[in-house]
Amino acid sequence: MTKKPLGGYAPRQHQHQPVALYPPYRTSVKRSPQAAPLSFPTTISEESGPVFGHSLIGPLDADLLHNFGPQDVSAIGPRIVVHGRVQDQFGRPVAGALIEVWQANAGGRYRHAREGYVAPLDPNFGGCGRMITDENGCYEFRTVQPGPYPWPNGPNDWRPAHIHFSIFGHGFAQRLITQMYFEGDPLIPLCPIVRTIHDKAAVDRLIAPLDMSRTLPMDARAYRFDVTLRGRRQTIFENRMEGL
Amino acid sequence: MDTHPESASQTAGPYVHIGCTPNFAGITGVYDVDLGATMITGDASGKRITLIGQVFDGTGTPLRDAMVEAWQADANGLYAGQEGADPHFTGFGRCPCDAEDGTFRFETLRPASVPWPSGGVQAPHITLWIVARGINIGLHTRAYFADAPENESDPVLGRIEHRNRVATLLAHPESDDIYRFNVTLQGPDETIFFDV
Ligand SMILES: [Fe+3]
Repeated sequence: MTKKPLGGYAPRQHQHQPVALYPPYRTSVKRSPQAAPLSFPTTISEESGPVFGHSLIGPLDADLLHNFGPQDVSAIGPRIVVHGRVQDQFGRPVAGALIEVWQANAGGRYRHAREGYVAPLDPNFGGCGRMITDENGCYEFRTVQPGPYPWPNGPNDWRPAHIHFSIFGHGFAQRLITQMYFEGDPLIPLCPIVRTIHDKAAVDRLIAPLDMSRTLPMDARAYRFDVTLRGRRQTIFENRMEGL
Repeated sequence: MDTHPESASQTAGPYVHIGCTPNFAGITGVYDVDLGATMITGDASGKRITLIGQVFDGTGTPLRDAMVEAWQADANGLYAGQEGADPHFTGFGRCPCDAEDGTFRFETLRPASVPWPSGGVQAPHITLWIVARGINIGLHTRAYFADAPENESDPVLGRIEHRNRVATLLAHPESDDIYRFNVTLQGPDETIFFDV
């Protein structure tokens, strides 16, 4: 059977994406473009992208429990495994995708110069990690469950617990930054950043369920977070018209 | 069949540097170097240039917490990963904006033209992707070179309806090898962003 070559990336479906301007998220008011974006079919510039090899990844890069503090000393907080699959919108696994993650510590505090929350830093927690998806598009990392934290937006806004994800697919058109939330967190529907997404199903897809099947007994609970990137259409057979 | 909608974007937030450029953020000892810090890794062929700029919000204030990524072809019009591409050029850069004045900077090569899918070529350009707190989905644009004659026949520039906005996609030479590309998120000088 002739393998169908891949064509351009399917246009982005904006109904599943956040709006640029959402006044309850105050910073978006002056940082949101107002003009209509320019559309054109993807070209080599968007269909290609940087390739990162497994040699980039250090032995502890996917272990946020241990990649910052002294050797054999774990970060403080509830231990979890986060795993999932990266696929494209047509269901094909995205292998070799670089995923970078960052998060607050178990108390909700980031290790950052501009962070102002009173919760304490954990000397054993840096808050960053990275990994590359395997041939099935799967990834996994270990960390502590981050805490919710207050942020200066409205007078009393709290972010639900979340982990930030940055993902490179195969083409620059697939570039995505998003956030993973935790099943059952009552802060999710209250959050102005979550509410920039008006499609409830799209929000639900960012909420990772507890996955008891991957829990490590006496060690860590597990959460599953699957990610979907844009996909390339398969072009029609060149000989499609034969026999017609 | 498209059965799986693309995951929704969320803002990179104020702490994007922890995850994407941890050394810049002061989190040292986890990664040797920050990803995308060096685009030219050896004796690459072509003209070396520096692309600098700032990202301004709707009040004219430069963003000091944005992150800008660059993706471009080499001096022969080939992207890293394509057969014959320059082995000493990654084509990918990542730059946290300066914490004081918001400047981003890429030490790179001047790219050559690249093909347009239905024939012809696209003028030399550098794809830029901008994320920050307050930006809910990464903004995709291109820096073209104001002094490039190829711009006249570029198919993307050619489809811009409001011709006075073409200038927002042009990087201007500040010297022989420094080009400035400022990005404006909102207002009368708003940069053209791409839905691509
Ligand atoms: Fe956060």
